[in-house]
Amino acid sequence: MTDLNTLTLAEARDKLRAKDVTSVELTEACLKAAGAAGKLNAFVHDTPDIALAQAKAADERIAKGDAPAMCGLPIGVKDLFCTKGVPSQAASRILEGFKPEYESTITGQLFDAGTVMLGKLNMDEFAMGSSNETSVYGNAVNPWKVDDRELTPGGSSGGSASAVAADLCLAATGTDTGGSIRQPAAFTGIVGIKPTYGRCSRWGVAAFASSLDQAGPMTKTVRDAAIMLEAMCGHDAKDSTSANLPVPDFEAMLTGDIKGKKIGIPREYHMDGMPEEIEALWADGRKMLESAGAEMVDISLPHTKYALPTYYVIAPAEASSNLARYDGVRYGHRATLAAGDGINEMYEKTRAEGFGHEVQRRVMVGTYVLSAGFYDAYYNRARKVRALIKRDFDDAFAAGIDAILTPATPSPAFGLGEMIDADPVQMYLNDVFTVTVNLAGLPGIAVPTGLDAKGLPLGLQLIGRPWEEGDLLNTAYALEQAAGFVAKPQKWW
Amino acid sequence: MSIDLETAARVAKLARIKVEEDQLPALAEEFNTILGFIEQLGEVDVEGVEPMTSVTPMALKRREDIVTDGGMQDKILKNAPDAREGFFAVPKVVE
Amino acid sequence: MLDLTYETPKPKVIAGAKHDWELVIGMEVHAQVSSNAKLFSGASTKFGAEPNSNVAFVDAAMPGMLPVINEYCVEQAVRTGLGLNAEINLFSAFDRKNYFYPDLPQGYQISQLYHPIVGEGEILVDMGPGVARLVRVERIHLEQDAGKSIHDMDPNMSFVDLNRTGVALMEIVSRPDIRGPEEAAAYVTKLRQILRYLGTCDGNMQNGNLRADVNVSICRAGQYEKYMETQDFSYLGTRCEIKNMNSMRFIQMAIEVEARRQIAIVEAGGEVVQETRLYDPDKNETRSMRSKEEAHDYRYFPDPDLLPLEIEQDWIDGIKATLPELPDVKKARFVGDFGLSEYDASVLTADAENAQFFEAAAQGRDGKLAANWIINELFGRLKKEDHDIAQSPVSPAQIGQIVDLIKSDAISGKIAKDVFEICYTTGRDPSEIVETEGMKQVTDTGAIESAVDEIIAANPAQVEKAKANPKLAGWFVGQVMKATGGKANPKAVNELVAAKLGL
Repeated sequence: MTDLNTLTLAEARDKLRAKDVTSVELTEACLKAAGAAGKLNAFVHDTPDIALAQAKAADERIAKGDAPAMCGLPIGVKDLFCTKGVPSQAASRILEGFKPEYESTITGQLFDAGTVMLGKLNMDEFAMGSSNETSVYGNAVNPWKVDDRELTPGGSSGGSASAVAADLCLAATGTDTGGSIRQPAAFTGIVGIKPTYGRCSRWGVAAFASSLDQAGPMTKTVRDAAIMLEAMCGHDAKDSTSANLPVPDFEAMLTGDIKGKKIGIPREYHMDGMPEEIEALWADGRKMLESAGAEMVDISLPHTKYALPTYYVIAPAEASSNLARYDGVRYGHRATLAAGDGINEMYEKTRAEGFGHEVQRRVMVGTYVLSAGFYDAYYNRARKVRALIKRDFDDAFAAGIDAILTPATPSPAFGLGEMIDADPVQMYLNDVFTVTVNLAGLPGIAVPTGLDAKGLPLGLQLIGRPWEEGDLLNTAYALEQAAGFVAKPQKWW
Repeated sequence: MSIDLETAARVAKLARIKVEEDQLPALAEEFNTILGFIEQLGEVDVEGVEPMTSVTPMALKRREDIVTDGGMQDKILKNAPDAREGFFAVPKVVE
Repeated sequence: MLDLTYETPKPKVIAGAKHDWELVIGMEVHAQVSSNAKLFSGASTKFGAEPNSNVAFVDAAMPGMLPVINEYCVEQAVRTGLGLNAEINLFSAFDRKNYFYPDLPQGYQISQLYHPIVGEGEILVDMGPGVARLVRVERIHLEQDAGKSIHDMDPNMSFVDLNRTGVALMEIVSRPDIRGPEEAAAYVTKLRQILRYLGTCDGNMQNGNLRADVNVSICRAGQYEKYMETQDFSYLGTRCEIKNMNSMRFIQMAIEVEARRQIAIVEAGGEVVQETRLYDPDKNETRSMRSKEEAHDYRYFPDPDLLPLEIEQDWIDGIKATLPELPDVKKARFVGDFGLSEYDASVLTADAENAQFFEAAAQGRDGKLAANWIINELFGRLKKEDHDIAQSPVSPAQIGQIVDLIKSDAISGKIAKDVFEICYTTGRDPSEIVETEGMKQVTDTGAIESAVDEIIAANPAQVEKAKANPKLAGWFVGQVMKATGGKANPKAVNELVAAKLGL
């Protein structure tokens, strides 16, 4: 029998329903794998007691025949999600010791469906980063390794990506503000989908940039993504931006038939200096979809170039305000004060100690672009350019395009520490293919489709029409089947 | 647009993040790099373009005027670094 | 719509050492919406609860918490706008006003800077019979209240209570059309009256449910008129904002003392600095709130957690259809329909409950008499006991009975006062009191005549004196009244006495 922790969600679900395994067995296998993977630094708060209790309860439900798809399946939860009574720190020192008295809508829904939580997963602090190097817990490490360097699993959902790729859990929750699900998925050879903005509730997920944040699943296969997304999304009356729309049976839509679908290839995504192998990967993907019967169409998304600068105005601006609540008054870290220190010293010292460098930088950039005299020049202008970026996509979809194929990342995973001396903008370029999707509020999915020359995974991104995740997943499914990506990292940890 | 040390210090103050004097030049330089990158937006013709107000257009949800929450002083104060007699305590605020 | 014509009051003039100065005042009134739950959370708005008990996770700004708007609060803002003849904006939006303060958990206040829900309106501020000023309202927007910081419980610490955090406020912003301290108080009084009529705010100033920021500047005669012509603020002086006033008396004192401070500065060749100030009633002075000034950069931007608030004209029309009759219209109607003086009409319409009481009592009767009885007797008596109209032991119907008894000559005005007192203390019906206690006025001339005859016969010396000096006839009237236990109709007694004495 294969190690239970290596199963996909779909396989494990079927085995549970067939009574071939129990949730407790699955959970124990994952806990064991996770316990032996300290070097990956993926799990940062283990919750074995909760996991086993949930697994037992799930087994009882399954025995009674009451088994939603996610029932009994062990997953990891990104630290950004507030989980009741369990440390929820957004990988930040400023939330040291914080244990919420409430459960995020998404984890609540997953638990209601019987899902088992193994623990909390590493990430970039407040989801700000593309390499998981800004975490208070230290770097999460990519299980893929081709030389003696340790590689980044990407970010910000680096712990989630690492844990899923290394089979420490069957799947994980992630969040994506500019590419934080899709880029790490691509760096670790797994699948990650960011649904349409408004699909998944943001209630109980610490906010980074409210108009861009969306949660989504990170899984081993497209089918798993369909199964888990269905359990995560749905209308939430507690989130004003959550859409009141029915949730389709995404898995049932995975036919693999994409004949006649029109897939756009945006010319602006051919970036200067893009590595040869990324271009080749993209060309391969085009051929794969074409062979599957899709019609490939060259399209233009003229404002693509401005997506990153737009993002780096809007995201820091919103973040500067969203993170103002971390002030040492009601929860989390408070600096030790010197005699005579007043309230402002408390704020300034607490936030200087509590936030890491990247978060401080973004909060200050956001503060600057919103400050008196600059609002129109930066923030309002960025909102207008954002409208133009969205219009580009609207126009493409209006012209009959069903989905858009792009690379997921401009490179394979890089070495941890390699970007330390680069200026911040160099790191931001990691999100060049993914941010447009957040700005336009569209669904996007990263699918592993190949390996680079050294043997590191590479992924392609498909972008879908708003609310049509089912169709997007089906196209991704066809791509996945055509690519036949089955490589796994060699265990070294 | 170039950020000088004074502006960097003012922004840090506004954001309530303590930045030591000797860190200001590096901070200002980082700001300048990022702002230089953002400056590109100036090239875009946004004449007549309405700023994006909501990512997915829909009606704003509304709640009924019913008390459904609260009555949990213990939970509200539970994570507080310093809570006394039902209040959050902070260093003296001078009006 | 209004029948009342009025003239505009003269602006307040303060004599400086060198010149006369006029005052220019604008107000920002914060009125707490009379809702059960908060603007963006389901926590209660109830006053006086245990600290931090009326607090939802949203109000405490716990990580990941999100606002959802209370529809009732939106409705009350619209209702208020309609009550002030204001433009209602079908599209409005919420912005974040960013600043750090311990009682502001989010680090921002959700408000409406760029697109308020209510646009321009107006308030007619009564300054006495025939005198009123029309003050323009610039806008009304919805926003969250902050919590409460307590600074005097510990020498080194401030304590924070979030019960008030997130309670819905309507900020009602006037144009600088108010011209003196009395007008400012009258403006707040009138606004409060309208809000209470509409039921959108309870107007309780003591609990801080209605409070005002007052913008004061000074100018030389003629400058204000130039501003009104051009709407160019440069004709006016630099303004200072006095924060958080919740007493009519202090509003007036603060404006006066602030204006004098500004005059002294300008006359000494200095310049007024635009700033936020606090009024200290103990010292009767305003002082600068430097802590507020320090970082005045609120970095407003649209709240990305909320979508724009779009409302339908039909919905607004539905609210409009439920508006009550408002004070100005009611007052005009009381003058027109009941023949009241403008003063009496003002007194009776000051409060919707008073007006309702009066109308019930006056319906189909002599309105003026009913008004007199309510204003002079009932209000006086209630005031003595520190009661309001809702606590009145006398019902409108009972006042009506008293009016009827007087009008039908069943009792005299003097007896009526006794009847009222019995009614007030026992709750018994006036007509029953008059019956049971035999207080009915004697109008039977025969009975009165015999009483007159008896007294004339018994007092021949007095008769002689009265014949010489008719003024002394009053003595006989008094004696007759005494003999009849005060129940004789005074008019009939007077006539009979005069006739019998041959005067």
